[in-house]
Amino acid sequence: MILTLIALPSIALLLFLSQELLNSYYSRIITLIGIYGIMAVSLTLVNGISGVFSLGHAGFIAVGAYTSALLTLSPEQKEMTFLIEKLVWPLNSIQIPFFWATIIAGLVAAVFAFLIGWPSLRLTGDYFAIATLGFSEIIRIFALNLNSITNGALGLKALPDHTNVWWAWGWLLVTVATVLSLAYSSFGRALRAIREDRVAAQAMGINVFKHQLTAFVLGGFFAGISGSLYGHWLSTIDPRTNTFGILLTFNVLIMIVLGGLGSITGAIIGGALFAFLSEWLRFLEGPMNILGFKIMGISGMRMLVFSGLFVIIMIFWPRGLMGRSEFSWDGLVSVFKRRYKR
Amino acid sequence: MGLKAPPSPFSFQSAGGVSLDPKTLLQNFINGLSLGSLYALIAIGYTMVYGILRLINFAHGDIFMMAVYFALFFVTLAQLPWYLAAILAVACAALLGFTVDRIAYKPIRNAPRISALITAIGVSFFLESLAVVVFSGIPRSFRTIFPQSLNEMIIIGGEMEVKYGREVIVGGIRFPVISLITLIVAAIALVFLWWFIFKTKVGMAMRAVSLDIQTTSLMGVNVDRVIGMTFALGSALAGIGGILWAIRYPQVWPYMGFIPGMKAFVAAVFGGIGSVPGAVLGGLILGITEVMMVGIMPGAAGYRDAFAFFILIIVLSIKPSGLLGRPEIVKV
Repeated sequence: MILTLIALPSIALLLFLSQELLNSYYSRIITLIGIYGIMAVSLTLVNGISGVFSLGHAGFIAVGAYTSALLTLSPEQKEMTFLIEKLVWPLNSIQIPFFWATIIAGLVAAVFAFLIGWPSLRLTGDYFAIATLGFSEIIRIFALNLNSITNGALGLKALPDHTNVWWAWGWLLVTVATVLSLAYSSFGRALRAIREDRVAAQAMGINVFKHQLTAFVLGGFFAGISGSLYGHWLSTIDPRTNTFGILLTFNVLIMIVLGGLGSITGAIIGGALFAFLSEWLRFLEGPMNILGFKIMGISGMRMLVFSGLFVIIMIFWPRGLMGRSEFSWDGLVSVFKRRYKR
Repeated sequence: MGLKAPPSPFSFQSAGGVSLDPKTLLQNFINGLSLGSLYALIAIGYTMVYGILRLINFAHGDIFMMAVYFALFFVTLAQLPWYLAAILAVACAALLGFTVDRIAYKPIRNAPRISALITAIGVSFFLESLAVVVFSGIPRSFRTIFPQSLNEMIIIGGEMEVKYGREVIVGGIRFPVISLITLIVAAIALVFLWWFIFKTKVGMAMRAVSLDIQTTSLMGVNVDRVIGMTFALGSALAGIGGILWAIRYPQVWPYMGFIPGMKAFVAAVFGGIGSVPGAVLGGLILGITEVMMVGIMPGAAGYRDAFAFFILIIVLSIKPSGLLGRPEIVKV
């Protein structure tokens, strides 16, 4: 506990130093790590802890991104952006601060999660996965067609560059604190009981539907938050498959599988690794020199590496980095003790 | 113009208004039937694999995409005649399906169902990224690959009129040749499939494996080979569907398999997953309703992809076992 209290300010100090010392490219990546962390932790709450398998995360992220973008863009910018059709009335004349826009984004995404979770959670296993995937595609298709709200295929551009390291990591802290305290409360134990054996949990008097719906809505809330941050990090939003479609869900899935499905620490590590690797692997897509041969970079190579890695992890190493265990100071100490004894 | 009411965001702008005359309906029916038979061809692959392994083979839509690329490159690079290219591409798709099963799904046969599903998603993205890397992510045209006559219109009835200085046929029922060819090819493929499943030894083994894997393996059937054959057969059908699809919608790109694959999956669930006749029925119904919906409400055309998912969600919440499927019983 004390160590955690020491660790938090030191992480903050490190972040501050990184802001001061590193250039803006690196600080953008550090921000991205925070955003990916929120996405991964919120999906872990649903897929790892509560034992339903959702493939609809990108839908909630998109809802959050659109909501907050529509709230933070200035009326003049909206006037300029909405070329196909004018934005509908209440949205075209308001502009609110980023913090409140993010909160509202989270709430709207949570409402969507409730509306989607209510019918879908009557299904189990892979049917639920497909239903949530279907809903996230529906959200994307509506975003593509509702010209007077989302600007259709043109998307929203020139979002104010609000997201910085502090917003991303601050929200990450909030997310982790919420999910952790939830996961180790009686509510979280009930969720894990459902994950291990649904029928037995039901027999013990756990209301499976209510618990899973709560977890799903909370996951949707934080997905919306991350969407708001992500949108303001990207500074453009559009409803293509590659940005807010199934590919985004897949990326978050890689993070949590890499980190270990069911571990919150693992999700953060997975998110950080994914952000780091996807920047580092950029060299694959640029021209390079191998043994004197000049090879033109091939675009799309990074995704190939990631998806290959993903399949290999699933086949040979399904526990991922952390398995289902969490980071704890005692665990760290015992690791060092074992080292020391040898 | 100044007095025009502000359009509600949810209004469908009806371009041609509601059209319900019987000729248009028949024309839409034929096109819907042909689209539906494409869904059916793809859906069979999902349903056969699900029937045996209880696995949603996410990579199925990508095998569909790969088959189209194979056909494209057999024609453009290898300079093969189009019919040979199509046959070879279908064979390659079958081989690809077999390989995917061997490499990715065989090692995790006994893993929990959810990890199998996650692996399948991974395989799907692997194939898509592979296509981006190998074939490049830029969409290509399939238009000149196969004979142009396939896209010409068949017109039944109608009168000759002179418009803009040319003789044109007005009215009548019109649909592209490919709609008819799709129907014929799909029918032949289905008859072949029926013969294969019910009249051959491998088909009998497939039916046995789908009932009980362990007992079948005790009876001396090489289960892995049978499962591999199932993947190959399903992938070949997806390949046929893919090539017909590409003639109809001639834009080829690495993510083209996702939406048809998902819709075919919807069709399989709708018909009752695990049941081959169910997949055919579901595919046909989905195709016809989709085309009819767009035909009746042209303004809603942008939402046609969402429509299939709506059907899926409604079916799943009312009768998850589908039209012809058996309900799944959870045993403790």
